[in-house]
Parts: sequence; structure tokens; C-alpha cells
Amino acid sequence: MPKSKKSEALPEVTPDVVAQHGLTVQEYKRIVDLIGRAPNFTELGIFSVMWSEHCSYKSSRPYLKQLPTEGPRVLQGPGENAGVVDIGDGQAVVFKIESHNHPSFIEPHQGAATGVGGIMRDIFTMGARPIALLNSLRFGDLSDPRTRYLLNGVVDGISSYGNCTGVPTVGGEIYFDACYNGNILVNAFCLGLVQTDKIFLAKAGGVGNPVIYVGAKTGRDGIHGASLLASSEFDETTEDKRPTVQVGDPFTEKLLIETCLELFKKDWVIGVQDMGAAGLTSSSFEMAGNSGTGIEFDLSQVPLREEGMTAYEILLSESQERMLFVVKKGHENEALAILDKWGLDGAVVGQVIESPVVRINYQGKEVVNLPISPVVEGALNLKRPKSKPQYLSEVQHLDLTELAEPPRGDEALIKLLGAPNISSKEWVYEQYDHMVRLNTLVLPGSDAAVMRIPDSSKAVALSVDCNSRYCYLDPFWGAQIAVAECARNIVCSGGTPIGLTNCLNFGNPEKPEIMWQFEQAVLGIAEACKFFDIPVVSGNVSLYNETKGKAIFPTPTVAVVGLLENLENHCTQWFKNSGDAIGLIGLTLEEISGSEYLKQMFERCQGKPPQLDKKQERSVQEFCLELIRGKWIQSAHDCSDGGMAVAAVESCITGPEKALGATLNLESTLRKDALLFGESQSRILISFAEGKGESIARMARKNEVPFAIIGRVGGSRFTVNINGDEFIHQEIQALKNIWKNLIGDYARQVS
Amino acid sequence: MKCGVVVFPGSNCDHDCYHILKHIFELDTEWVWHKDSADLDAFDFVVLPGGFSYGDYLRAGAISRFSPVMKAVVRYAQKGGKVLGICNGFQILVESGLLPGALMQNRWQKFICKPVFTRVESTDTPFTSLCRERPILRIPIAHHGGRYFAQEDTLKAMQDNQQIVLKYCEPGGTVSEASNPNGSMDNIAGVANEKKNVFGMMPHPERSADPLWPDQDGQLIFKSLIQSF
Amino acid sequence: MLAKIHVTYKKGVLDTQGQAVHHALTDLGYNEVKQVTVGKYMEVHLKGLSEENAKDRVREMCEKLLANTVIESYRYTLSPTE
Repeated sequence: MPKSKKSEALPEVTPDVVAQHGLTVQEYKRIVDLIGRAPNFTELGIFSVMWSEHCSYKSSRPYLKQLPTEGPRVLQGPGENAGVVDIGDGQAVVFKIESHNHPSFIEPHQGAATGVGGIMRDIFTMGARPIALLNSLRFGDLSDPRTRYLLNGVVDGISSYGNCTGVPTVGGEIYFDACYNGNILVNAFCLGLVQTDKIFLAKAGGVGNPVIYVGAKTGRDGIHGASLLASSEFDETTEDKRPTVQVGDPFTEKLLIETCLELFKKDWVIGVQDMGAAGLTSSSFEMAGNSGTGIEFDLSQVPLREEGMTAYEILLSESQERMLFVVKKGHENEALAILDKWGLDGAVVGQVIESPVVRINYQGKEVVNLPISPVVEGALNLKRPKSKPQYLSEVQHLDLTELAEPPRGDEALIKLLGAPNISSKEWVYEQYDHMVRLNTLVLPGSDAAVMRIPDSSKAVALSVDCNSRYCYLDPFWGAQIAVAECARNIVCSGGTPIGLTNCLNFGNPEKPEIMWQFEQAVLGIAEACKFFDIPVVSGNVSLYNETKGKAIFPTPTVAVVGLLENLENHCTQWFKNSGDAIGLIGLTLEEISGSEYLKQMFERCQGKPPQLDKKQERSVQEFCLELIRGKWIQSAHDCSDGGMAVAAVESCITGPEKALGATLNLESTLRKDALLFGESQSRILISFAEGKGESIARMARKNEVPFAIIGRVGGSRFTVNINGDEFIHQEIQALKNIWKNLIGDYARQVS
Repeated sequence: MKCGVVVFPGSNCDHDCYHILKHIFELDTEWVWHKDSADLDAFDFVVLPGGFSYGDYLRAGAISRFSPVMKAVVRYAQKGGKVLGICNGFQILVESGLLPGALMQNRWQKFICKPVFTRVESTDTPFTSLCRERPILRIPIAHHGGRYFAQEDTLKAMQDNQQIVLKYCEPGGTVSEASNPNGSMDNIAGVANEKKNVFGMMPHPERSADPLWPDQDGQLIFKSLIQSF
Repeated sequence: MLAKIHVTYKKGVLDTQGQAVHHALTDLGYNEVKQVTVGKYMEVHLKGLSEENAKDRVREMCEKLLANTVIESYRYTLSPTE
């Protein structure tokens, strides 16, 4: 790029140039129709990002309408930077989950770091102070040579960024499966707290009001990150796209948080928008679009990091840690003084205008003049073809008689506890500051994180979940289970689910099978959320998670937020006292299909996901909450991957003190492996003082919830007897060691 | 009693320290902005909180030590004012020369956030005087650069003068290699200056001082300090 | 004037990054590696100084901020810029 300051002739817009921008011939014709002329090169760049899959949701939007987005607590549903849910007493929580999959695969440290930065900005742009981060990470098989590098890089990136900003990373999930070998998933969730009368939106109202650029200087990083990287499949050329990865600066982000929160106290701030994907372009078009106004600005005023940048580059740069503010005329200097106090760059770059257009000048010339609605809303809603995938008829069938029933359960238990999807994630969360700001009531390592709401007696419980193996076997039911299980995690921690956000990770939508998976999963989430009355308040879609034709399992990750009116009613998953009784709420069926057990012991991913009886699920959850709030129980733990046996061992070994042993005495006619390792839904393992058993059983009958007392906490061993015969007998400390060290040992090796 | 919590750009445990001092110990607590170089004489003690001041760029604490407020902190300390540096605050005190030695990247290059046990080696300081009965404290650490280092002669002088105040140990109090989370020399977790009015520690006492959590050993540090007047 | 500054740990100070890299190289089969030192490299662009002056100023910068002389040593070269 020549550094000449003279205005150069823009490249011509040819069919080749259009194609390089990821736009089809049809789309280009539509642009010409909508604006009544051919766009210039810079304008083409703007359409290219704004109409990309990543920004326009052109494949997914029609389906997302199915999701229930309203409820008495919902103050802001999808459509803004994040959803807002009322928690009473003038306070609300603001939350969203978002993917940063493609950048993280190409450069794991920066990709994950900027993912965290981006989601935090979505939260504090709404006026909220971010108080918790979670993440859902999915990597390939441990034996894949890139997995270790990616795991280390992603965790490092999240750790360095989140820790520096002083927002605790309090939980999440990590899965490993070969389906992610070519496409890892990095989904970052953030929750913030706001006064309900101080919620800010992306608005640009009031003709003549100044538009202020706030934050880091603009460089050439990330140009076309959104449109080209996240809107097409990976192939051999992906490595070459590395320069489009943005670099994050958590220190600037921290200053930006404090600056914005200080600005938000002023009544002269009109609106604010993060410069995320597609940077200055999307933020200005969106702000004006939301207010029915226009924006005029001069790129010569934008603080630049590099010399000789063209208008095209400035507009499409995805440099991080930048925001756009609109303030009331006359208050620009006050705003700039606050920026100066925190040492941030800022400049008045333009103003709000009446006409609904974005007009951009650079070096004394008009470089862009586009009407807003074609850019923001003009992208076609694509009706992509769908068809039920062939593979389903093959994988959904599982004949249990083909699977030899093991004489004892020790081997399977040990294998499961040492499986990467079940073993301890301590190596990961020890690298995250999960305590800063003193709100984390339940630290990582239980079913859900619990955060106290400062200066109140309330708390919120947070969990993120998705079993993508179930979704692969049946996306409709798999997605419903994701919602049910995530809500169950919240309930086990003492919270009532009040809202959900989702991150829909799928393969290439141009393939009918992928669109079918997508539709089914969205329908599943919609169905479950309607049934459980959990509104979907925000979300994100990530398509093209596919490399050389191989797609990931459908992965509709959901994060559920729950409310505890009284923070003292929080509950953890681990056993508390020797001598306590162990009980199981819920029914165990003969279900092995889709389980981690089937995968570990028989190397199969087969069958239909476990059944989900939503009515029963609701009764189980309500009963568990009643027990927690009535102080009947000492612990509650969801039975999920690895089934009842793994849940019981986890309750023995995950507490902060020494591991406790336990003995389970089970009576059953089921296959023993299904009984212990099957993943039947709607089951919660609880522990309670021995004398309370009868009362709890009576309450269960009254609530029509299956319940059985199945064992006792104590000793130094984990023993399971089935119908009077010993099936498992192991030292609990030995089990803990197997479970505890796997991920760390793996990550520390040098490949 | 009046105390100040210094805020550098990038401090992030400032609110936590403020919360504990103001709401748990009910002290008259004020923020001190890093650009402020005015005398700190009005304060009974000053806390340099944890965080990532200036992003920890170059070296943790290296840039903050040139903040205007540090001139005031140095004057204050020289006059005998009590200064507590926690985590990044400790790193700043070391960089500014108010405390001996240096703090380097953790042995395993990773950030570590977890509760650890530390043994109080010297109760003859205003920060630890109440630990005589209870010398083993369970307090969380959360840092990337907490590996303490000092030249041999410095270390010797510190030992002679009982400036090594906190060491990482096992739950029972044994100072061992296994209980050293970050590779610190001699398991050092906290040191004082010669006059014992300046103290820096890597563990976060403010994270184990709120009665909402079961761990409250960090209270002993603040209580000692408050009782020293 | 351009100052190219290298900051490394002093002899006797454990360079854990260097050790980790050494370990990794050995595991990758580079058995010939005897020792690895990881340090920092900085470029400081100076204006309006004579070479003599620049030497003093850069030394001062290193002593004061760029290196922590408790654990680190530094060296630098000066060259004219275009």
C-alpha cells in the first residue's frame, strides 16, 4: 500500500471484486436496485460486511423468530447488544453469549481474548458493569496434534484478557470431540448489572448532536474478519488469512469500562455502540438505523494507529476496544475530559443528521453516501433448502444386546473419570481470576456459578451447557435437553431460571442437511423454553463451522441465568458430612445411547438421545428448589455425562475439603451399566441429614416425583452394590487423582 | 481511623479493598487517584491494591511506580506511614524500591488463582501482630508474576532483620517445595521493609475477609493493622 | 537515531521461560540445544540527539524503567534512522 497522501483512484468494481467480497451476482444487483446506482469500492466493502452472514443473519433470521423472547421480567429482548432481565428492586441483569470460533482456530490466544473483550463491550455498552464471564469451549480429540496448542492458546487468551479487566471468569464447560478437530468453538458469555432506569441503547438521536469516537486507535487489523472469516468454510487458504486476526488490549478495555461507566452517569449521553464486527461501519449504520436519523462524519478526525490508511480500511477495520458515543450538543468537551482522565483517545468525528443516510468524508472528499435501510435491512432473507440428513437413519439405531454387559463397573468408572469430558477442569479455571470483586459465592467446580448481587440479599446462578452428541443424534431433542439440563444446573444451585441466551454453532448453511439441523435445534430450544417459561433474550449464530466439507456436530450452546431471592439459599454439588444419606430424585431408564459410557467403552456415538419428559423435568426441578429453600438438603448435583455413578463420585471429590467416600445400595432390574452410567434425564442426586429422609420421601410423593434413598456418605471408599452384589469398590482418593490431573497433565506435555 | 486505597489505571482489586475496609471494618476509607501527588499524611494507613496497573506492560508495577502518587507514597513511607501492598501493590512497592527484591513470572508461566496456605514467619510487624496464636493462614492467590527473588546478600539481611513475613506452606505449616505455588525463593509470599512499616504480600487478604465466605483468615492482616494504632 | 535494546535476566536468576523453551526444544529432538535465554527486545526511536547524548539518555532509560536491575541486565546499540 503506497503511503501517498494524495487521494488515489479507488479500484474499479468488477464482477471479480464483487465475488472477492463474498457477494453473489444476485446480491450485487439488489444493491444497485436499492441505492439506484452502482456502489463505489468503499461502499461495496460496507455492503460486503453488513450483508455477510455474520452481521446480517441472512440464513438464520427467519428461524429465530420461533424463539419465545418475552416475559414479565424481560426489559430488552434480542436485537440490542444484549438482553436485559429485571431482577427486582430497580436492578436488572444484562447478558449475552457470543462465538469467536473462526478467529480462535486461526490464532487461539488473540482469538479467544478478543472474543472475551467483544462480549464484555456488548454488556457495558448497555450501561451495565460486567460482573461475570463464562465460556463454552470445544476442542478436537486429544490425539489431534493441534488440540494441545489450541487448548493452551485459548485458555491463555481468556485468562490474560479477563483477568486484566478485573471481571471474574466464574465457570463454563469444555468438551473434546473429534468433530471439532477442524473447527474449535469458543463461545464467551458475559453478565452485567444495571439500574433499570440507566439502560443505554445504540441510538443516535437529536439532529446536530456530536458523534464521539472513544477508545483505541484504528489500525489495519481484522479487515473483513467478520465477512470473510466467519462467513465461509475453512480450507487450505485459511492459514493465509491470519493477518485479519485482531489483537486485544485488555488494559485499554479496562479503561474503557471505567470510562463508559463514568460517562453513563451523565444525563447528556444519548446513545452508544461498540465497534465490533465491521467496526465503525456497523456501529454508525446501526445507531442511525435504530433512531431513524442519519450520521455524517469525517474520517480525517478518527485517531489512527498507522499511516496512509484508506477510507475503506478505516471503515472496515476491526481494531478492538473502540466505541461510538452520541452526546448532547455542547457536552463534547466534558466527554473528552472524562476520556482524558482515564488516558483514552477520543475525538468528535461527526454529527447526527436528519436525512437517513450515512455520509462520510475523507481528506475533503465524500467517499460514502448510502441510505441506511438498504445497508442494515436490505440483505435477503435466504430461504436455504433443508433436508433430513442421511446419517440419522444409520446412527439412531442401537441394539443393546450387541453391547456386552460388564461383570463389574470399576473399569468403566475409572475410564469415565479419566475421560477428558468428565475429568476436572481445575487446570483451566485456576488460570482464571474467578474471585475478583468479591461476588463469587460458588466458585467454579459446581453445577453452576453463583454470584451475589452487590448491596443486596440476592444472587444469580449462571450455567452454560450443550451436549452436542445428543444434538448430532437428534438436534430437536438434543437442543431441548440442553435447555433442560442447563436449567437443572441452575436449580441445583438454588436459582429459578429467568432468562436464556444461546450461541448456535453449526456447519455450512448452504448444505440442506445443515439447515435442517439448524431448524430442528432452534425449534427444540423454542419448544423447551416455551414449556419451562424461560425467555430467550439474546443470542448469536455461528455458521460455516466446517473444514474441507466436515462439519461440527450441531452445537446449540445455551446459557441460563437464574435468580436467588435470598443468596443464603445457594447450594453446591458436593457432599458435606460423613453420615449423611444420599437420595436420587427422578427416574432411571435403560438408556445407554448417546452416552459418554458408550463412547468410552464401545467407541460408539449411536442411538437416540435420552428421553426428556418435560413435565417430569419441571416437577423434579420444582421439588429440588423446594428442598433447597426449605433447607432440607446439604447438596444437589445434576446427573449428566457419565450418569449416576459419575455424579456420585463428583459429589464425593469436588468439595474444597478432603474427599468423602460413599456407598450406594441399589435395587434394579435394569442392565447394571445402564443403571449406573446411563444418562437418563431429569435426575438430581442429593444428600441430607439422615433423619430427614422420611419427610423428603413424603414430600416427593406429594409432588409426584420419583425419589429413592440410595446410599450414605462416609468412609474412604466409593462402593456400589446392586441387588446385594458389589459392583464397584474403589479408594475415593485414587478416583480423585485420576479425575483431577488428566487435563493439566495433557496440556503441559510438549508435543 | 482513616485509610486510603490508591487507584492506578488498571487496578482491579481496589473496590474489594475498599469494600472490606469500609463495610466490614467500618473505617473511614477514601480513594486516592494515581495522578494525585498530594501528601498522604491525613491517612493512618494506605493500601496499594491488586490488579494489572498499566496492563502489567513491560513488568508488573514498572510503569505505575512513576505515577505521581508514588512520590507521595514514598514520602509517606519514609516518615513512617504504614503501607500495605497486595499482589500488584506488592509488585509496585518492589519496583519502586520501597521493598527489597523483585517479583518475576510464575515458575510455570501461568496465572494461578486458588486458595493457598501461608505461614506467618514474623509477628513482630504491624501487619501480622495478631497472628501469634494463629500463624497459618488460608488466603487466595491470583497472580501471574509472584515469584519472589532477591540477591543472596539481600536475602541474608532480610532474614537477619526478620523482614520475611509470609511463606507458602502446607496446611499443617510445613514449608515445602510442593506447597510453593509459583517458584518463589524460599517460599516467600510477603516481605516487609527494614522498619516494618511497609509490607507487601502476594496473597489477597481482602478475598478472605468478608463473613459471607467461610474463609476469613485475611481479616487477621487488617485487624493487626487496625490494632497497631 | 534508533536504539535497539535487549533486556535479559542476569546470570544466576532463574529464567523459567528459557527453561521451558529449552525443554520443549529437547522434546522436539533438538538435542544440540545447550541453553536458552528468553528476554525482551525493544526499539526506541529518538529525535534530535547526538550519538554521545543518546548513549547517556538510553542508559538512563534502561536503568530507570526499561530494565529492573535487581534481576535484569541490558545492552543496546545505536544506529542512525532514515
